[in-house]
Amino acid sequence: MLTNGKVRPPGGAAPRARRRSVGGAAAAAVLASTLAACGGGGSGSAAPVLNWYINPDSGGQAEIAARCSAESNGAYTITTSQLPRESSAQREQLVRRLAANDASIDLMSLDPPYIPEFAQAGFLAPVPEDLAGRVTEGVVQSSIDSATWDGELVAIPFWANTQLLWYRESVAEAAGLDMTQPVTWEQLVTAAQDQGKILSAQGRRAESLVVWLNALVESAGGAIIEENSENPEDIQLGLTSPEAARATEVMNTVANSGVVGPAFSTSSEDTSATEFESADAGFMVNWPFVYSRALAAVEAGTLDASVPEDYGWALYPAVDEGQPSAPPFGGIDLGVSAVSRNVDLAYQATECITSDENQAYYMTTNGNPASSSAVYDDPEVLEVFPMAPTILESLEAAANRPQTPYYSEVSGAIQREYHPPSSVTPETGERAQALIQAVLSGDQLL
Amino acid sequence: MSTTTLPPTEKTQPVAAPRGTISDRSRAERRLGWLLAGPAFVVMLLVTAYPILQAVWYSLFNYRLTDPENRSFRGLGNYAVILSDGLWWQALLVTVFITVVTVVVELVLGFALALVMAKALSSIRPVVRAAILIPYAVITVVSAFAWAFAFRIETGFVNSWFAWLPGIAADTDWFGGQWTSLLVICLAEIWKTTPFISLLILAGLAQVPEVLQEAAKVDGASWWQRMWRVTIPNMKAAIMVALLFRTLDAFRIFDSIFIMTAGANGTESVSFLAYRQTIARVEIGLGSAVSVLLFLSVVLIAFIFIKGFRIDLAQARGEG
Repeated sequence: MLTNGKVRPPGGAAPRARRRSVGGAAAAAVLASTLAACGGGGSGSAAPVLNWYINPDSGGQAEIAARCSAESNGAYTITTSQLPRESSAQREQLVRRLAANDASIDLMSLDPPYIPEFAQAGFLAPVPEDLAGRVTEGVVQSSIDSATWDGELVAIPFWANTQLLWYRESVAEAAGLDMTQPVTWEQLVTAAQDQGKILSAQGRRAESLVVWLNALVESAGGAIIEENSENPEDIQLGLTSPEAARATEVMNTVANSGVVGPAFSTSSEDTSATEFESADAGFMVNWPFVYSRALAAVEAGTLDASVPEDYGWALYPAVDEGQPSAPPFGGIDLGVSAVSRNVDLAYQATECITSDENQAYYMTTNGNPASSSAVYDDPEVLEVFPMAPTILESLEAAANRPQTPYYSEVSGAIQREYHPPSSVTPETGERAQALIQAVLSGDQLL
Repeated sequence: MSTTTLPPTEKTQPVAAPRGTISDRSRAERRLGWLLAGPAFVVMLLVTAYPILQAVWYSLFNYRLTDPENRSFRGLGNYAVILSDGLWWQALLVTVFITVVTVVVELVLGFALALVMAKALSSIRPVVRAAILIPYAVITVVSAFAWAFAFRIETGFVNSWFAWLPGIAADTDWFGGQWTSLLVICLAEIWKTTPFISLLILAGLAQVPEVLQEAAKVDGASWWQRMWRVTIPNMKAAIMVALLFRTLDAFRIFDSIFIMTAGANGTESVSFLAYRQTIARVEIGLGSAVSVLLFLSVVLIAFIFIKGFRIDLAQARGEG
């Protein structure tokens, strides 16, 4: 990298006159764009531009932006800017920009675990009270929880994701599992072992591992953070509780069952989805995107049509028989930047973006489930997503990941200690708890 | 006192005197030199010295980007935390391991490639050079992705191509363990930067006077003798500069690790540690301290090379 700067650009000997004119044109363009940017917030004839930082999707948010711009009758125009694919990278970019008071951000698509950090740092403009009432009406509770910090709604619920238990109907039938009843992880392991099929989960050292651990701890009746606090040193963790120990037991059993696929310690959601499309597929926990993914593969001719026909879905597996599971919660909430020049308009726009109509559109075209329960009655949604009622049921039972302004530390420490999942024991919880406490009090690196 | 010390200063005067006699011209030249280099010097100060000093300053604070109000002075506390943490030493060990392995292999390979480039028929020489240089033109992140895809179980071909080798099977998970991950990371680095080293060595080869080679030949020296006694001693400076640049570069390895393992399985390098504290955790103080320690390590390496091996950078540039 040191040396890259030494490489001379080709055509270094371009005629001087031409270069100067190019430079002049560039300067003029920069000047023009600066002027345009300055005019953007004013009360000129053009509508104010709202810049919406979106997570990558299949074009749905851009389309919703265009629809809402048109619907606003010239009150505002929404443009979208795409953030990186990984949610941790999205946060990294937004945090740095917001800390530098970047006024070019108006709206943000936020991954829920990072919302407390944004709210605590004062990055989010307060949600108007009347709007808060309207945008939470008929929204599933887990989604409202995800947008709430310190008892107040700080973001607008947009879409809500949850993991389901996916199974191959043929395999479940052969194993004699009654999938209309809740099943446990141990039952799935036994069934996969009997049938010689793969049980796919996410063992990679990434956020998906925290998603899994949190679901196991919550399903066992515990919580990773038992008592929250603004002071990092006063946060009460629950990783040494009997419930957390039970969660590590399940994680260890699954990882060492011999049915999790060859690259389990590096397996991501995409790895699982690929495994579930293979001939060895048996069971999988994953987000609903896997269904549209399989249908798209059939359309592209890379997957046999009989494969998605064999897909079955049920609520997330339970840890203990008789105790309902707490499925993982995901999705996106909308935040409005506190340093935006158009806070009122931005909040006005969120109401349009999260309308039932747009949520239904987003769900049917991009496969991202709605946070508004009314959308699940839409016949079009039911046609595209036959599992929509299961998704809604799962969302109603779903548990958020621990809410804390120090989420990246909590998540990073968990990823470090609970990876690889095959080596997890109840002592892992003690180590992770000690590490999180040391990191939060500034005594240790992460 | 003053009268006794004066004569010696007068005696030293003649040494400076010749400078004084051509002072008009040399002073003008020096001024022109400063005028020409000045703007670049100021820009360098702005873009390198300023951030370095700022990092040193921040490293003394407990400072979280999302919580600027609670910034507090910590003195050398951040350094104490880092140096007493096993994670730092593990990252340092991994970084040194990668640096040593890649630089040694690259030097041997790069030398061989440079010889091929130097001796290749003049008609195919441009093609050979271009072919050897292609990996270097690839962006590191892209090369890391290419190697990661090649070795991953879901996307890779390596397992099926090399299944005949003992220890490699269809389900070998290269990124599942520390040593196999490090092997792939090193391979990617070596593939990517060997051309750079071979290019510098090629320039060094060109500097060895042909007369020396001919004289040795006349004296009946074999190919090996000419290589060890004539070629290599005459291009020592070029080799050392190539080694220095590559060592400094290799020590800051980040991209391949970020793409391939994201630091899992004990593959974190020092740069990665700095990234995690500064960018991911937004702990500017702690992260800056890691960066300063990384900077000091790099300075130390440069110092050892330049003083310890007596590299004359000017000579390597062909000015000596």
